[in-house]
Amino acid sequence: MMNVISQVSINEWLKEIAVVMRQNKDYLSQLDAAIGDADHGINMDRGFQKVLIKTETFADQDIGAMLKNTGMTLISSVGGASGPLYGKFFMQMGMALMGKMELNLEDLSTGISKGLDGVKGIGKASVGDKTMVDVWTPVVESLSESVNQKDTLEIASDKMVIAADKGLKSTINMIARKGRASYLGERSIGHQDPGATSSCFIVNILQGIIVGKK
Amino acid sequence: MKKLINKVDDVVVEQMQGMAAAHAGVKINLEPKYMYRSDSPISTKVAIVSGGGSGHEPMHCGFVGMGMLDGACPGEMFTSPTPDQMLECAKQVNGGPGVLFLVKNYTGDVMNFDMATEMLHEEGIAVQSILVDDDVAVKDSLYTAGRRGVGTTVLMEKIVGAAAEAGYNLDQCADLARKVNCSGRSMGMALTSCIVPAGGKPNFEIGDDEIEFGVGIHGEPGRKRMKHTTADEITSMLVSGILEDENYTRTVREWDRIKGDWEDKVITSDALKAGDEVIVMVNSLGGTPLSELYVVYKKLAEICEAKGIKIVEKLVGAYITSLEMQGCTITMVKADAEMKKFWNAPVNTPGLRWGI
Repeated sequence: MMNVISQVSINEWLKEIAVVMRQNKDYLSQLDAAIGDADHGINMDRGFQKVLIKTETFADQDIGAMLKNTGMTLISSVGGASGPLYGKFFMQMGMALMGKMELNLEDLSTGISKGLDGVKGIGKASVGDKTMVDVWTPVVESLSESVNQKDTLEIASDKMVIAADKGLKSTINMIARKGRASYLGERSIGHQDPGATSSCFIVNILQGIIVGKK
Repeated sequence: MKKLINKVDDVVVEQMQGMAAAHAGVKINLEPKYMYRSDSPISTKVAIVSGGGSGHEPMHCGFVGMGMLDGACPGEMFTSPTPDQMLECAKQVNGGPGVLFLVKNYTGDVMNFDMATEMLHEEGIAVQSILVDDDVAVKDSLYTAGRRGVGTTVLMEKIVGAAAEAGYNLDQCADLARKVNCSGRSMGMALTSCIVPAGGKPNFEIGDDEIEFGVGIHGEPGRKRMKHTTADEITSMLVSGILEDENYTRTVREWDRIKGDWEDKVITSDALKAGDEVIVMVNSLGGTPLSELYVVYKKLAEICEAKGIKIVEKLVGAYITSLEMQGCTITMVKADAEMKKFWNAPVNTPGLRWGI
């Protein structure tokens, strides 16, 4: 358990994302095959393997710089829609947290909220469109409520994961309105969104770091 | 999966190396990945640059050369390239009069080219970006990412490439590209799925007696699944999709290089009607042989004749493919004198060559 998230923990978060994306490469691509073109896992793995190499140079950097660097790395190595979307997420989160060597709950809430703004700015998606926004929006809402209620970081992170999971499950019955899945119309119903799934992994890993599972 | 590859991760680079080895007119850069004309940059012409996921060969790298593209950025298989590729490619081929990006309307392509456009502008290079969104299979674009950019891309690259070669400035090239897009319509169907090398499995399952109607170019499912039928019936359905498509009005985002920001522009593609002259393309998605494409062309020509639509130019073959997918697409572009002139102008690229 921790009261603040250290720079080292953020680096651990990024490294662990690379591990989990590799483990779930086929799973994410299978989800994408149902409603897209079957490359989401391949793309996320390619991007985060590049990030993993970058994390070795992160020791002396502040959290903002690390996250911004992560975003730039994703933009220049992923391609497709996930590259710009995840790239903007980490870049904007990084810009909001420039100069910080540790994050309290309020910082985390602000950072993820700015990351979501970045995603919405470039992707133009809203809640209900069957995208990663359906995970990040409830996460941002949950964190902001936790800030108001003065929750501990641990309680806030548990609530955040529950919100993310609920958001993820909600994508199953939605009609896709963005990206390649949107061309399927009603045939997209019944399939969990791959981008929302990879986002949910990222939230879960963060919680694992905060509560000390990792 | 049975494919002629060495290592799955090397497919894109090795095909670029092979293409450059086979064709003296093109050169490659690998960090980041792009292909460019050997004789570029050319100080007197606007540079035309396109790009997109690999797996659609000869598009786009195969259309780099005199009279068509100055540069092309291949992404991973079916995955759009990244902004740094586009930026570096554009800088490599820009001879001074500016750069025109031709972008297919797929979410990833649009986002990455948008970023590249902003980056080029910040570096003080005149840049314009025009979208292709010609796929009539996408009906209700209010609830989707809009119509996909498919076959018209090939015709646009040819026509605008020739205009740039003839000395059109950046605005004139952009206006012509927009006109080609608003004159073009496409529709496609698939008999089988394809296999993306890194995935190793067919993208979708399809029965022996089934076809997927209204597909795009990524092995993604189409508008509907139906029973397989004759080539004539399938051709009739594809052509009906195109000819019965009404005026199509939508809002697209275009770069305003005076303001240095994006602006919404309302554009309309007018329906095709009797008396129109068209350039048509009957295109293989990769796995369909020329013999079958000609069967399709025969029926297409009959329908056009009966409807009073005059085919003035045609292209039959594999130009915008989807790996080894069986299936075909039909593209029809209403052509005026300007478009016909540039269509017939000389072109010398690995994938398209005439008049030289």
